[in-house]
Amino acid sequence: MYRYDEFDHQFVRERTAQFRDQAERRLKGELTEDEFRPLRLMNGLYLQLHAYMLRVAIPYGTLSGRQMRQLALIAEKWDKGYGHFTTRQNIQYNWIKLEDTADILAALADVEMHAIQTSGNCIRNVTTDHWAGAAADEISDPRPIGELLRQWSSLHPEFSFLPRKFKIAVTGAPHDRAAVKVHDIGLRMHKSDTGEIGWEVIVGGGQGRTPIVGVTVRDFLPEHELIGYLEAIMRVYNLYGRRDNKYKARIKILVHELGAEKFKSEVEAEYARKPQATTAVEERELKRIEAYFAPPAFEKLPRWSHAFEEAKVKNANFARWARNNLGPHQVEGYTIVNISLKPEGGIPGDASADQMRLMADLAGKYSHDELRVSHAQNIVLAHVKKDDAFTIWQALDAAGLAAANYGLVGDIIACPGLDYCALATARAIPIAQSISRKFADIDKQEEIGPIKLNISGCINACGHHHVGHIGILGLDKKGEEFYQITLGGSSSESASIGTILGPGFAGHQVPDAIEKILDTYLQLRNPGEEFLSAYRRVGAKPFKEALYAAA
Amino acid sequence: MSVSEKGQIVTANRLRDGIAVFLTRSGQWSEKIDEAALALEPQAAAALESRAKLDEEATLVTGPYLIDAERRDGGIRAAHIRERMRTLGPTVRLDLGKQAEGTAGAFAAPEGV
Repeated sequence: MYRYDEFDHQFVRERTAQFRDQAERRLKGELTEDEFRPLRLMNGLYLQLHAYMLRVAIPYGTLSGRQMRQLALIAEKWDKGYGHFTTRQNIQYNWIKLEDTADILAALADVEMHAIQTSGNCIRNVTTDHWAGAAADEISDPRPIGELLRQWSSLHPEFSFLPRKFKIAVTGAPHDRAAVKVHDIGLRMHKSDTGEIGWEVIVGGGQGRTPIVGVTVRDFLPEHELIGYLEAIMRVYNLYGRRDNKYKARIKILVHELGAEKFKSEVEAEYARKPQATTAVEERELKRIEAYFAPPAFEKLPRWSHAFEEAKVKNANFARWARNNLGPHQVEGYTIVNISLKPEGGIPGDASADQMRLMADLAGKYSHDELRVSHAQNIVLAHVKKDDAFTIWQALDAAGLAAANYGLVGDIIACPGLDYCALATARAIPIAQSISRKFADIDKQEEIGPIKLNISGCINACGHHHVGHIGILGLDKKGEEFYQITLGGSSSESASIGTILGPGFAGHQVPDAIEKILDTYLQLRNPGEEFLSAYRRVGAKPFKEALYAAA
Repeated sequence: MSVSEKGQIVTANRLRDGIAVFLTRSGQWSEKIDEAALALEPQAAAALESRAKLDEEATLVTGPYLIDAERRDGGIRAAHIRERMRTLGPTVRLDLGKQAEGTAGAFAAPEGV
């Protein structure tokens, strides 16, 4: 894991001290809200429906046991005993007091964390594959590049006042678990026939009110050119991106309005201009960062774990969890544990302080003291010996963390929605809960198979509904909540934006509607055909008929 | 059943902790919507709003604004679901927020569902 150097420490401490002073001045009335708002937002502090909300950055979703324990402590000491893991691999606290915030930021700084650039029109937390450094299909760990980008983008003076917020995602695996095609910039690692590593650069994807799949502007950019090339993209955006209309200010609109070819030629011209003598990333610096992400010392283990196989035979619940929640690891005898934060009827992404501590302890004992937050709001222990999986499952089960629904219909992404969020138009969490209860039968979930069901409580799409195989968008219709259903979205390497199926539904009608859609799928699917493939084969018609014909 | 009176109240967030508060008849800020002063006339609403602005300058509250509300059965009910949520707390955590602290409005947030 990356560790702060002297400069990082000093910089985060200084920011905390600055914020302490700013908050004191605000409380004394020396700063107006208009003056203070941008300052607090730059430090991740929002004002939501019930209180202030603090969004803490978890760079590329990776944290240590010590950091997770500190997040638990913050939840207990300054919040109401829990936190919410977000679709940007961050954590949010919902009940923060302005007068406590500087102390919280200091507590974060103690464990090399902060809330900088979790808001505002700057480059936000870089996200990545939650299986990075562990996935069997991976070319190479993308997190060194995530860290390089974090260092480059943190307080970058030229890119701190962009037309709008800017999100970057990075993946090092051919199977895209990081949704790189629906980010402002997505980077996808490729390996050439001669074994060289290069990056596909995808620009102008995004969700929100104008969902668009990004376009590839470079197929194979050498790694040392990344920063220089990204700077060229950022400059073109900074120069031409619209600032007159916040709804047209994201880079996706610029790419769309200019056209991909014209945008690309502008970027290439800027890149060729080379305003600085060199922006090449030094080999030495890359190696220094890479060293922080060196794989742990894996043991030489047999592929077959007796303890693991025996536990599966003896315990059907464990066998089910193992079937659904473990991912293929690149080292024999190891596995990736996906802890679902989606218990039946639970709040997607929420974890109590006790649960955070337990997960930190498990990481310490069994997974090289490292945890990941996934953009699907789950927690990952990336390097677990199969021999230890049963012990881990028992501990998780006792803490209400053993939901065996990873990647199934119960593993729902949901934003906080109108239960917490000042921007929301409808609630998202209760819809997730009622669907999760509707499909409480895990046999049924397994029968349905892999599916992504995503719910947003407003058009800003924090709940990624546009790229859900089934997406649900909560809207406000004359003071009443109602919900639009989309089908066919995907954030994978074959990314697509979902299509609205038809008229919306009242909240209480949504679970039945989802059931009808899934029953229709079960009837028409070919053997082994997943929901998304079936939808892409047959289109919306049979689903529309099932939902609306009788109405 | 009493006659419903429709008008406007002023709400804001308390500066130091962000809690949703409502301007009362005596010019205090209460966490309880039922204690809000209901302005039945536009002039009265404007007067409430300008009083709230002074408290914003005095750093008691931040971002005061008028919302539509009605007096019903002795309580006050905000017209919009978003505002009713602010007077209750999250509907998915009934153990948290005003609803758990005895300062909630006397209604359900998502009525009619």
